[in-house]
Amino acid sequence: MSTRLSTGGRLIDRTAPQGFTFNGRPMRGYKGDTLAAALLANDQMLMGRSFKYHRPRGVVASGVEEPNALMNLGTGARLEPNQRATTTELFDGLIAASQNHWPSLDFDIGFLNNHAARLLPAGFYYKTFIHPRAFWKHVFEPIIRQSAGLGKAPTELDADRYEQAYAFCDVLVAGGGIAGLNAALSAATAGQRVILMEQSAHWGGRAPVDGATVQGQAAESWIAATLATLAAMPNVTLRLRTTVAGVYDHGYVLADERIADHTPGDGRPRQRLWRLRCGQIIAATGAIERPLAFAGNDIPGVMLASAVRDYVVNWAVSPGDRTVVVTNNDDAYLTAIALKEAGLEVPAILDARATATGDLPSRARAMGIRVETGKAIAKVKGGKRVTGVSVCVQAGEGAVLHDIACDAVAMSGGWSPVVHLYSHCGGKVVWNDALAAFVPDTARPPINHDGRPMVVCVGAAAGHFAADAVSPGGGVGTDGAISRDANPAQAIQPVWVMPQGAGIKLRSKMWLDYQNDVKVSDVQLAAREGYESVEHTKRYTTLGMATDQGKLSNINGLAVLAAALDVTIPQVGTTTFRPPYTPVTLGALAGEARGEIFQPLRRTPMHEIHEKAGAYFEPVGLWRRPYCFAQQGESHADAVAREVNNTRQAVGLLDASTLGKIVVKGPDAGRFLDMLYTGVMSTLPVGKCRYGLMCNEQGFLSDDGVVARLSEDTWLCHTTSGGADRIHGWMEDWLQCEWWDWQVYTANLTEQYAQIAVVGPNARKLLQDLGGMDVSREALPFMGWAEGSLAGFPVRVYRISFSGELSYEIAVPASHGAAFWAACVTAGKPYGAMPYGTEALHVMRAEKGFIMIGDETDGTVIPQDLGLGWAISKKKADYLGKRGQERTYLANPDRWTLVGFETLDGSVIPDGAYVITDGTNANGQRNTQGRVTSTYHSPTLNRGIAMGLLLHGTKRLGEVVQFNTVSGGTVSAKVVDPVFVDKDGVKQNV
Amino acid sequence: MLTLECPYCGIMADETELSPGYEAHLKRYGPGSTDAEFEAYMFARKNPKGVHFERWRHAYGCGKWFLAARCTATLEVFGTYPAQTSGPPPHIIAAIKARRPGWEAGQ
Ligand SMILES: [Zn+2]
Repeated sequence: MSTRLSTGGRLIDRTAPQGFTFNGRPMRGYKGDTLAAALLANDQMLMGRSFKYHRPRGVVASGVEEPNALMNLGTGARLEPNQRATTTELFDGLIAASQNHWPSLDFDIGFLNNHAARLLPAGFYYKTFIHPRAFWKHVFEPIIRQSAGLGKAPTELDADRYEQAYAFCDVLVAGGGIAGLNAALSAATAGQRVILMEQSAHWGGRAPVDGATVQGQAAESWIAATLATLAAMPNVTLRLRTTVAGVYDHGYVLADERIADHTPGDGRPRQRLWRLRCGQIIAATGAIERPLAFAGNDIPGVMLASAVRDYVVNWAVSPGDRTVVVTNNDDAYLTAIALKEAGLEVPAILDARATATGDLPSRARAMGIRVETGKAIAKVKGGKRVTGVSVCVQAGEGAVLHDIACDAVAMSGGWSPVVHLYSHCGGKVVWNDALAAFVPDTARPPINHDGRPMVVCVGAAAGHFAADAVSPGGGVGTDGAISRDANPAQAIQPVWVMPQGAGIKLRSKMWLDYQNDVKVSDVQLAAREGYESVEHTKRYTTLGMATDQGKLSNINGLAVLAAALDVTIPQVGTTTFRPPYTPVTLGALAGEARGEIFQPLRRTPMHEIHEKAGAYFEPVGLWRRPYCFAQQGESHADAVAREVNNTRQAVGLLDASTLGKIVVKGPDAGRFLDMLYTGVMSTLPVGKCRYGLMCNEQGFLSDDGVVARLSEDTWLCHTTSGGADRIHGWMEDWLQCEWWDWQVYTANLTEQYAQIAVVGPNARKLLQDLGGMDVSREALPFMGWAEGSLAGFPVRVYRISFSGELSYEIAVPASHGAAFWAACVTAGKPYGAMPYGTEALHVMRAEKGFIMIGDETDGTVIPQDLGLGWAISKKKADYLGKRGQERTYLANPDRWTLVGFETLDGSVIPDGAYVITDGTNANGQRNTQGRVTSTYHSPTLNRGIAMGLLLHGTKRLGEVVQFNTVSGGTVSAKVVDPVFVDKDGVKQNV
Repeated sequence: MLTLECPYCGIMADETELSPGYEAHLKRYGPGSTDAEFEAYMFARKNPKGVHFERWRHAYGCGKWFLAARCTATLEVFGTYPAQTSGPPPHIIAAIKARRPGWEAGQ
């Protein structure tokens, strides 16, 4: 059984007991425990079930690489799935639950999958996708959905808040072990701004556990002294519990700091996401021990050798009374020694190498530990817990020599440098035969903006494993700053399958990827089925694709694949490491951008008045515009109909402030606008307005609006509400990059003016009551504008109409917007003035056959399609889009063109409906000859009206066509002129 | 996320401050051009692995367009320069050649 030792534990505080529950069972641990350590101390070795076969699984590791011990942590608004027990700091009141099982961890129905393992081979998912099809839908998918999935998704809004911080430094050191501390000290001493981040809650890495000495001192005292020096330096920032998650272009780094994960609800942000820009990144990220592939290597109690000694030394937890150590290198002997020193039994060290002659084996032998060289584990015995191992020779096929009773197995297949940060942004790795590992290829580092290497690995991450080799002043800038490994250890002997000649029966019990249940036999099957690329094999078998991203399994899987293909490991290559190094919660990535401040909102000066008037708002880009002003008891449709009728019969007020307003000024402004618009703006007289169209260089309609000439050298260009920034950018693009010798100045004044449209037969009377300027037909005719004052407000009044009614659009400085709106409302009372929203605006413009950018246009429509040929100058030699429109496809007379549609039964054609025609296309879909672009119920005509594009449309007035509907039926509609109301434009011109 | 120096502001700007404008030094073909010329202007874009010239706008800064010479493979930036030029200036060409000896302008 696993238990707490009576003495020791460098990280725990025995005076601070902490209560927690696991699957509802109360347990106790100490401050300083990880959840995994505390569970082991309570003899809870079984911590989860595997993803595919639901096999019982115990903890394997002691750090971020843990694949098995994933927990649901917390409850309700603080529930979070898939948290690694090995990195979760214990706190009083912690609630943890295991995952992937039903109905209970001890008895799991999904474990049946294990006995059907034959039916779930590599590529199982893909195979069931293919054959037979119905099987996937009716048999496999429902079963997989029942039994698969990691953890439970929270159902409540996250109770915690998250923040983001920005920082800059000359040197970022990732990893606070010996190499990281040393590198930080060197850089800081050289005067550089240094940030040092350590993912765990403790400095020093694993050197103290391993009893290392650094520069002649015991590791613990060297760490304390170095840390004290760093803490006193003003140019150094130290962060614990902060993972450097990803390295991106030009020294950009994301790091995740867990501030209050272990003190939930204490008022601090739960996590802080650091966005760093670093001159250089030093990856002192250490190495991860590899498992060995032997039969039954996933039975709870089989752990990494380094994890076993972490639990013993750091937390005084014994994973078992009798632990068999199995290894292919010297390092695992440290575990045997630590166990023995803690008073625990090590029945044998099984060393796959023919001899073991290094310092550590000698020490182990001297302590009386039996070392069996050339030996391997044939299989592990046990179900939910190790009960023993069968021993065989590594060189053979697994014939059992003898059994050893034990309750834990400590395995070591060697160490893989953590090269992730080096690799994230393009750094290459190279295979090192002596270490049997990929190490950074210093000839091909990731590159910074200035061409210098962006990431440098030091210490174990660079393949230099001995803490003792860290030299003062080393660690910055060059790989060579850390001297070569001086440890008199005997070389590792690569062992990828144990024993090397294992048959299929053993190989199908050798796990490579614990979390995704990928076995040696699966990778070999993939190779037999023709998978040669590691990237393909990875996806086919799902090796390394679980939440641990293959931290334990990638190299072993690669080696097995290489052997199956009969090539070397470097020939197979490695997969690309991608950020984040460990999972980052979405809350941290979102930061403060949630709820009301998810994105910045743009509000017009009259926004609050609209809110008080009960406006229902709709988003228009970042703007919020009133959609309608529903009164008590009114539906939105009722409100829109009332607003339309009231505007057409009395007078309506529209907040048009969002309309884009761009001033174009200068000696060449007229010439410039003639290039920008399809029509001629240079000839527009001062005091007049003209409707204009803008196209992109392909000729497609991009934006429209009314242009007013303010003075001899100044024009005001109105754009669509959503288009102001884009069009302003478009203007600047041409002025700065193409016609930079033209003297033109542009300014986007959209937010400087509030704009109110006063629309309807009573509009003039309302304005006359406001008083201050002549708004008569003679003084201010249709398509004219005038400057003056109304009710004492400085105004610019444009006589333009988007509704077909008598209409004035009045611009006032934004600061006067709210007051002027209120004045209009008051003055309008005797005339029945009511505000109207964007939907009434849309209905009225559709009744008049006015196009709307984004409805009638979709980036493939030219003005000629929309009957707007009148707004295109035939005389101009050039304008943006002219050449594009001359292309044969756009000049084709068979293009769909704009018409109106009236349904025969008066109904409203569904949005997006197509006009169908005979026959079907190659995909068996009904052929089409047109589509609806705008469709509304017209309160004015009390029937459905629509605009749309139709093949040879303008030649087919009077014809009846068929629209499809969502339900599968059709709607008959007559092709008509798109102007439904006041065809001659009499009403707007009074 | 790239950083590029705005030649107007003289600051290193984060990519979030910039908006991209794709390939630089295109020649515009308008009315009177052949179909082939117009097609090349409109659609044929270089996509080199290596030295490339791009347009960027300091959209959330000074608002100015500028041009950048950089390596699309390593992301090394050879230099940035104002947009009011029809070809890369000599000092930019020299900076590229210093880092990519075999490279020739117009490639
Ligand atoms: Zn700038």
